Amino acid sequence: MTAAPAQALLLASMLFALGLLGVLVRRNLLFMLMSIEIMLNAAALAFVAAGMRWHAADGQVMFLMILALAAAEAAVGLAILLRLHAAGRPTLDADTGNRLKG
Amino acid sequence: MILNAPFLLFALVAVWATFMVVTRAVAIHALLYLVVALLALACIFDVLGAPFAAILEVIVYAGAIMVLFVFVVMMLNLGRPDRLRENTWITPRTWVGPGILAALLLAALADALAMAPPDGGPVVVIDTRQVGLALYGPYVLMVELASFLLLAGLVSAFRIGRHIRGEDAP
Repeated sequence: MTAAPAQALLLASMLFALGLLGVLVRRNLLFMLMSIEIMLNAAALAFVAAGMRWHAADGQVMFLMILALAAAEAAVGLAILLRLHAAGRPTLDADTGNRLKG
Repeated sequence: MILNAPFLLFALVAVWATFMVVTRAVAIHALLYLVVALLALACIFDVLGAPFAAILEVIVYAGAIMVLFVFVVMMLNLGRPDRLRENTWITPRTWVGPGILAALLLAALADALAMAPPDGGPVVVIDTRQVGLALYGPYVLMVELASFLLLAGLVSAFRIGRHIRGEDAP
């Protein structure tokens, strides 16, 4: 395969648009977190594609940073989710999250 | 424009699985589709000559982070009312506006791809050694910052998740 970055960048754009669609449409906090993971993955794919085009390792270094960011984001987001659920809320509707306290 | 068969296959799988993630009503089904999408993305990284990124995608993303999501779904115990409510939320009326917005973003990004750099010859595999040399050479400060970020995430997740069942939280 030749290093054609346009195809990989197009795929990254499609995945990012799908993730954005998920964040906008879904009101369940769990699905919103999953969509954010999809968007982070699309950004990582763009970095790796750029690194492939220029034959540089920097793209994969940025992929590692995105991986660390996604891990921290998932840990904190899921902890907040469990906290909201333990506070007695019957749903995971994002619109009722304004009553978070403490 | 050269279409590469394995890349095209994995790209189709990734886009299809991602679409299924966004449209499922049951959380665990969406999670399984998300694992499929992440594995397809790992295969794409391997095709693009980044085997280290592919292996990390499988181990950290499809392994660790997805297991975290599965544990949370188990603890939340989402039942039938949630499923019914999600089904009432996934109506065509709620999809139109965000769908148009996402399509506009995709059109803008695809339009910008006309200025993508030209092809750069055959794919060169960038192995773990080169990534490690770059990571602990010019990017060593970013490694330290990432460790700060992970420590902050650990502390805040511990603080938020403490006393999650009891009422004696300070």
